[in-house]
Amino acid sequence: MRIHLVALRAMILATVVLGVGYTALITGVGQLVLPAQANGSLIERDGEVVGSSLIGQSFVDADGVALPEYFQSRPSAAGDGYDGGASSGSNLGPENEDLVAAIEERRAAVAERDGVDPADVPADALTASASGLDPHISPAYALLQVDRVAEARGISVERVTELVETTMQGRGLGYLGESTVNVLELNLALDELEE
Amino acid sequence: MAPGSVPADLAPELAAALGLATVALLLVLLHRPLGDFMAHTFTSAKDLRVERGVYRVIGVDPKGEQTWGAYARSVLAFSVVGVLSVYAIQRLQQWLPYSLGLPAPSEHLAFNTAVSFVTNTNWQSYSPELTLGYTAQLAALAVQNFVSAAVGLAIAVALIRGFARVRTGTIGNFWVDLTRALVRLLLPLAVLSAIVLLATGVIQNFAGFQDVATIAGGAQSIPGGPVASQEAIKLLGTNGGGFFNANSAHPFENPDGISNLFQILLMLAIPFSLPRTFGTMVGDRRQGLAIAAAMGALFIASVSALSAIELQGWGTAPEAAGAAMEGKEARFGILTSAIFGSVSTLTSTGAVNSMHDSYTALGGMLPMLNMMLGEVAPGGVGSGLYGMLVLAVLAVFIGGLLVGRTPEYLGKKLGPKQITLAALTILVTPTLVLAGTALSFAIPAVRADVEATSIWNPGLHGLSEVLYAFTSAANNNGSAFAGLTANTPWFNTALGIAMLLGRFVPIVLVLALAGSLAAQHRVPATVGTLPTHRPLFVGLLVGVTILVTALTYFPVLALGPLAEGLN
Repeated sequence: MRIHLVALRAMILATVVLGVGYTALITGVGQLVLPAQANGSLIERDGEVVGSSLIGQSFVDADGVALPEYFQSRPSAAGDGYDGGASSGSNLGPENEDLVAAIEERRAAVAERDGVDPADVPADALTASASGLDPHISPAYALLQVDRVAEARGISVERVTELVETTMQGRGLGYLGESTVNVLELNLALDELEE
Repeated sequence: MAPGSVPADLAPELAAALGLATVALLLVLLHRPLGDFMAHTFTSAKDLRVERGVYRVIGVDPKGEQTWGAYARSVLAFSVVGVLSVYAIQRLQQWLPYSLGLPAPSEHLAFNTAVSFVTNTNWQSYSPELTLGYTAQLAALAVQNFVSAAVGLAIAVALIRGFARVRTGTIGNFWVDLTRALVRLLLPLAVLSAIVLLATGVIQNFAGFQDVATIAGGAQSIPGGPVASQEAIKLLGTNGGGFFNANSAHPFENPDGISNLFQILLMLAIPFSLPRTFGTMVGDRRQGLAIAAAMGALFIASVSALSAIELQGWGTAPEAAGAAMEGKEARFGILTSAIFGSVSTLTSTGAVNSMHDSYTALGGMLPMLNMMLGEVAPGGVGSGLYGMLVLAVLAVFIGGLLVGRTPEYLGKKLGPKQITLAALTILVTPTLVLAGTALSFAIPAVRADVEATSIWNPGLHGLSEVLYAFTSAANNNGSAFAGLTANTPWFNTALGIAMLLGRFVPIVLVLALAGSLAAQHRVPATVGTLPTHRPLFVGLLVGVTILVTALTYFPVLALGPLAEGLN
């Protein structure tokens, strides 16, 4: 019995120090020293928060149809797509027929939307990410969308291409992870271009 | 750069190899100071002032040495109180502050989660952002992330003392080991790591969900939470339970390639330094090096295999898409995802930055195999070392049988008692994995529920989902083929039992082994003694580890992932 009292006192102490104290300390450091990161790398436009540079978004109309003037994100399995309250992958397996069908459907849709050969659509455009909130697409998928976006906005392909290239993020330290394009940042830069 | 071209990056294989080389280099640099520091931490005669305060508050005498039985009773008492605490906090959730208006989880879910975090498994039958508020996350789960790792360290240190001590009835004091592990090691390292993670973009706030209007005219709910603090100890303590459902795939948990490398380093830092601690404490560093070499060989083989398989991308869906990118983040790509998945299951972490359920069939088998190895390459904080030392005891015994030499390890005779304890330890998790998986399909009512409610992918992959769940639970990993709906009375209960037995039965057996070793005197090495610091022994240890696994699990793997992959 005595040993359980020791255990109980140890657990209460641990909860106070490691649960409350430690979390408060890190929160304090985050809010004082690194507030932008600690609060979610939020992006504002005209004083309004329009999203986070780390959280992907859908660029579709109310019916879920892709808006041609915006670069499109990857397919998402988070809720109805990019639901920040329900991060998730599809968890569909490699032989799952529903997944195979979805991939083929997406390939046809992207090829038609962007007027390219179906064989040229990169894998990240056809697959849902692990989080469902992937803020990035591959440089290949971004470049594939340039013509369509330029046409929809009535600006030159060169200007849009240039924007993709300046938005492109290389690997961390040149070799960690993969090169990507942040879709929200790219689309915001596009909107700015026209103003 | 020519307009319209993709930048001329390094080949993905080369970039991934450089990443691994960076991790290896950092571990080589880190394992000496960290390993020696841990040895000093657990052997120093001095108590820090803050530690003396802790002993006064909880009411223990730090000079009081414990027999293995008393040590085990302390571990179990502390863990029982831990389970009750986590259970109670969850069930009281609606009255706690910062609960985001969430109700209390059901009894069976709260039981599963409580057991899961106390056993260092961190299996999550629930989706965190839909289930747990901030108070439950920090006061229940983050606390167990710390203390369950400290318990693992304590057990490993107690076993080392068994080898290091001569003719004593005692193996240390659990409360002192627990306190020192937390005060000197885990808390300071977690603070530093959390700050690094913050700098990479991991969030730390109490803002709740923030609704924003997107530029496409839609709405999005952006989550908040004290994530960096939990993330640091989640990885450092090889816990693995995510603040969010997507775990380390969530950009708020793991924003980029640099944070990802740091997370991999955190998972490996303590487990790969503990062999040094072992070598230092037994007075022969070559012994620690041999253990680390066996861990390293298995590690490199497994990471290479999963990377190659995922890059190859066999399977109908990966081939339809052109690459195995389903369930993988663009910023990590295939190889960085495969490396993280390997590290997470070779340790007992179970964090994921990609969805294992969507791996190629053979690729999905590798994380399972990693766990089936017993998570010893390098394994969890503490549990990896004591698991490997138990295998070393068996390897010495088998080596002795092969050449007719006396089985002795570090001057301790391995008699029937020690071999029985080691063999029983090895048998616990396979029994739980195979029994749990079999029962899920053998009991008609359970099978109907498992097939109708829980299994997400039809066919052979469905069996793999169930096999993965019990493998993960019994080995205290916590990763999942996450398509499986595990929040049912059957899985919450059965996996809960598997986690409890898979953690504490081996712990009690290992402590008994430690006690029996500590009680022995030391026999001098003779020409008849098998040297346990040479490459030959490393090879024997690797062989025994693989053999024990392959023989046990091959039949069931043939029914699930192997059949799916070879189809």
